[in-house]
Amino acid sequence: MADKVLMKGNEAIAEAAIQAGCRHYFGYPITPQTEIAAYMAKRMPKIGGCFLQAESEVAAINMVYGVASTGYRVMTSSSSPGISLKSEGLSYLAGADLPALVINVQRGGPGLGGIQPSQSDYYQATKAGGHGDFRMLVLAPASVQEMADLTVKGFDLADKYRMTSMILADGTMGQMMEPVSLDYEASKPVEKPWATTGTKMEREHNIVNSLFLQPDELEKSNNERFERYKYIEENEAMYEEYMMDDAEICITAFGIASRVAKNAIVEARKKGIKVGMIRPITLWPFPNKPFEKTIGKIKTYISVELSMGQMIDDVKLATKCNGEYVLCNRVGGMIPSPEEVLAAIEKANGGNK
Amino acid sequence: MVVFEKPHALSDAPLHYCPGCTHGIVHRLVAEVMDELGIEGKTVGIAPVGCSVMAYNYFNCDMIEAAHGRAPAVATGVKRALPENVVFTYQGDGDLASIGMAETVHAAARNENITIIFINNAIYGMTGGQMAPTSLPGQVTQTSPYGRDTDHCGFPIKVCEMLSEIEGAEYLERVAVNNVKNVKNAKKAIKKAFQNQIDGKGFSLVEVISSCPTNWGLTPQKALEWIDEKMIPYYPLGVYKDRSAKEAE
Repeated sequence: MADKVLMKGNEAIAEAAIQAGCRHYFGYPITPQTEIAAYMAKRMPKIGGCFLQAESEVAAINMVYGVASTGYRVMTSSSSPGISLKSEGLSYLAGADLPALVINVQRGGPGLGGIQPSQSDYYQATKAGGHGDFRMLVLAPASVQEMADLTVKGFDLADKYRMTSMILADGTMGQMMEPVSLDYEASKPVEKPWATTGTKMEREHNIVNSLFLQPDELEKSNNERFERYKYIEENEAMYEEYMMDDAEICITAFGIASRVAKNAIVEARKKGIKVGMIRPITLWPFPNKPFEKTIGKIKTYISVELSMGQMIDDVKLATKCNGEYVLCNRVGGMIPSPEEVLAAIEKANGGNK
Repeated sequence: MVVFEKPHALSDAPLHYCPGCTHGIVHRLVAEVMDELGIEGKTVGIAPVGCSVMAYNYFNCDMIEAAHGRAPAVATGVKRALPENVVFTYQGDGDLASIGMAETVHAAARNENITIIFINNAIYGMTGGQMAPTSLPGQVTQTSPYGRDTDHCGFPIKVCEMLSEIEGAEYLERVAVNNVKNVKNAKKAIKKAFQNQIDGKGFSLVEVISSCPTNWGLTPQKALEWIDEKMIPYYPLGVYKDRSAKEAE
């Protein structure tokens, strides 16, 4: 175990990516994730890597597409408005089955919105990353350590399944400093016989492509991709359960919202309220299993979100609409306080007795 | 004795281009150059969106299909990852000079060491003949049915002239493929654009004035004449920038 160092979440992502073998980074400046680019700009030239500031988010994601085609690990990072611009590229990456890592350090929206933390890109990340039927692996860190760990995990999963991994963080996660241990063993390289690295006149040419003009062929490629997605849904869901054993009220939250919720749960437990939390770590695949277990046991689900209520839909689906569903939220860059979450818990428990 | 054979770098896939379209000539020239320079095995080509979208089937080197206009950004990624390989894009006028203008200009500004083959036929072919950024003033297309009105939708973009002001760009030449002499010149330019990359000289773009008989509403022969009569007077052929040659003077 390496010594812990104090780092910003954004810097932890950058360093973890380098340790995971990423040597190509393309990005465009946007708050609140710019520390990632700044870290890469400093480090990449020293280790034989490539940091390039692209002319736009659109260009950056297409540079990612180019490197991904060669089989090398590659990433870009941005924040909400920039991710919208990358949507085109995300769809093409999916259509061409290319692995890549994309970081979204979310800020408030819609439009130019603000620069303070938000989780309002949940739908975009988990359901509508771009046009067409496709999914991204969406990982939601709740600490600086997880910012780093999930970056490494994101690369591994992307390579394993030939798809985009997205770290769905928020401005708080990006900006806050915590002690973090960064000492990753190099992942085993994944064979990429499909990569376009030149035929060396030794094989048929490889083609990286998302165009299928014959509808039956396009249908087949979609069906095959969704077979892979089904396997991922069954095997890669990650979550944390907190004080769920005897819980009657279930908080659901990810990222910074889960940190706030934990404080509220500790206070509520002191008052004898049986409340726990399921914290999804993968937002896609959504961890349905721990939620299915709660059906019939939990009377109220409280979804704590920095959005107008997006993940709550998946909670309802996972629990097959059994129980009461309460949204405890702040938006626009505001974060719910532990007191606000506690008040929601007490209300769900039948008022402040 | 073999007097005529297909270049090795050109695949056996039947081309889907319309009769009289000059894409086939340009594909052949690119493939001949790959053969002559012995680079097929280390070349990665990037196809655009447009008529040449399926160029990935026609070259035997590794190929990538890019999003509309993004080929220079994709090529940038490939070249940065594989600096020893040869990377080229093959793009039409809508792809390169309209939706992908930012990617084109910035690849030139960075002197990205790539080769761009730019087909200018003054029209969107694949979608059925709409006005292109390079459609001539007065040119009738599906989306300029009364002729391109420059008061309403502006003037055609002269890509070589525009890029020649960019310090980063290494080599810019405009050629045509409407007669034997021009085809020979076009091949020379394309070869130079690849050789420049091999020599590490940087961003090299060859604009090829091409015909689109189908969407121009002309016979193949008349379309080639239209290039001489209308296209070349507006888009004069020649070298617009050759930095290394200039520095050597």
